[in-house]
Amino acid sequence: MNDILLRHREIKDIGQLAVYRQHEGFEGFKRAVTGMQPDELTEMVKASGLRGRGGAGFSTGMKWSFIDKNAWPHYVVVNADESEPGTFKDREIMESNPFQFLEGVALCAYAVGAHTAYIYLRGEFWQLAAHLDASIAEMEKEGLLGDNLFGSDYSLRIYTHLGAGAYICGEETALLESLEGKLGQPRLRPPFPPSFGLYGKPTIVNNVETLANVPLIVQKGVDWFRGFGTEKSPGTKVFSLSGNVVKPGNYELPLGTTFRELIYTHGGGITDGRKIKAIMPAGASSSLIVADDKALDTPMDYESVPSVGAMLGSASIIVVDETVSMDWLINKTMHFFQHESCGKCTPCREGTYWMRHLTERIHHNQATWDDVILLQDVASNVKGKCLCALGDFSTEAVISSITRFRGDFEAKVGAPLSAPAEAELKEQVSN
Amino acid sequence: MNPLRERYGQEIDDILAKYPQEQKRSAVMPLLYVAQREYGYVTREHLGQIGEILAIAPTEVASIVGFYTLYHDTPGGKYRLQICNDLPCALRGADKFLEGVCDHLGVKPGETSEDGVVTVEAVMCLAACDKAPMFQVQSAEGISYHENQTVQSTIALVDGWRKKEETK
Repeated sequence: MNDILLRHREIKDIGQLAVYRQHEGFEGFKRAVTGMQPDELTEMVKASGLRGRGGAGFSTGMKWSFIDKNAWPHYVVVNADESEPGTFKDREIMESNPFQFLEGVALCAYAVGAHTAYIYLRGEFWQLAAHLDASIAEMEKEGLLGDNLFGSDYSLRIYTHLGAGAYICGEETALLESLEGKLGQPRLRPPFPPSFGLYGKPTIVNNVETLANVPLIVQKGVDWFRGFGTEKSPGTKVFSLSGNVVKPGNYELPLGTTFRELIYTHGGGITDGRKIKAIMPAGASSSLIVADDKALDTPMDYESVPSVGAMLGSASIIVVDETVSMDWLINKTMHFFQHESCGKCTPCREGTYWMRHLTERIHHNQATWDDVILLQDVASNVKGKCLCALGDFSTEAVISSITRFRGDFEAKVGAPLSAPAEAELKEQVSN
Repeated sequence: MNPLRERYGQEIDDILAKYPQEQKRSAVMPLLYVAQREYGYVTREHLGQIGEILAIAPTEVASIVGFYTLYHDTPGGKYRLQICNDLPCALRGADKFLEGVCDHLGVKPGETSEDGVVTVEAVMCLAACDKAPMFQVQSAEGISYHENQTVQSTIALVDGWRKKEETK
């Protein structure tokens, strides 16, 4: 545990620059700048199999290799907007292991030929931004940032930028718009950021946790990194565990660890010895998995989680126990998504509004099956029809709970579902 | 002379230096934070002053204020107590906690206490789900996190603010 990302739990004071350097901190960056071609570094990260930890799980090295070399300057933008309900991992990394994260930013910048990197933090991370600013100033003082680094002709500056409370800015193109001083609304893609990013220039956008892996890949090598996790999902992952568990918190474990091990061995099981009912593996954006033995024994990696009907996403595991009714739960998630919809795409803007009202009606015992069917109908019509994933995300808990936790809705409506209505529900989902 | 620029010249120059010269608009969010520090909300005059510094229309600045939740265009309490009651926090009792705090202060979510010291707001996820009930406090001093809270610890904090305001 804590082998790569949460090393501050093992190494006292690694958050101080001197201590970080005693543990070979910035040796990898120096070696890269003085002895490696940028492309070599990209190839190394590609070979490590590191996949983006923000949610999509795309190959990090591959993304870096997409940077357009015919247009300049290049930028690196770090997504530190961490806003998914259930996710609180990036905050711990930046607070307690800031220099490893910052070295990761520097390595990425060198690999893609960027001389400026911005760290976009959600506005609530106001104290954290000040902490990072102080860390960046220390690096400048020690010649780890600035001009002609280590006697080379490479120069780099890192700046923090605070958002101001908008979940949508975790979506990379909305984040770029926001950083440009505009409303945080997603762009039509393609073009993708590696060819058209910040200020229309080639830009690599990576998540905090993704970049915090890179210094140790450079320092200890690709084989060492691949010694953790699975063939297709190498490395460790910080799992944010929350909800009805005894010991919520961040746990760094190899990808492929089972839900059961995380929830029962590390998380101490369910609060007050109650029974587990459902798991949301990707925060509020997640489908609800029925927490049976099959699900609990499923490895948490990018390939396996879909086999039980959800995505790993940012690995924010929200545990739901038997006392929770799904009508309440989706009312909560819809409240969130309606509030956070940026308003650009009609299906999401209007759909989240109506879904929220329908879940409210169901939750307050004012609904019939027609309302539940209408809710699922709206959800099915939002899915796949928006510029970014927020619209889809808002439907996941709604559709999966109606499909997989039918009993909760029967109890709320006070009647069993008729056969024609059941057929209608099924048809909506298959469309 | 632009009053914001006059009062916070060095700070504003430092902010502008972070972005390419022809991309000054990127500074709109940090400048709004500077302006909001003055009275706890952004005034109409601020919109014009920021627009002038960045060479954009005041309505464009206003659109940013409207879009992002941490900017306010109306006065509120000196301290905005922003309680997260999103799903993970609610599973750990955040709704009850919010209710308890509101009852104690005699306000509803969104309202300001009679003495003008505190506004209680229910907000979206703050990335502290494992330490609920929790809230952040937004004030002239910035934003601070308060985790693993109880109604009692929260009221004690509010009482501290009240004393501080009385002695001002």
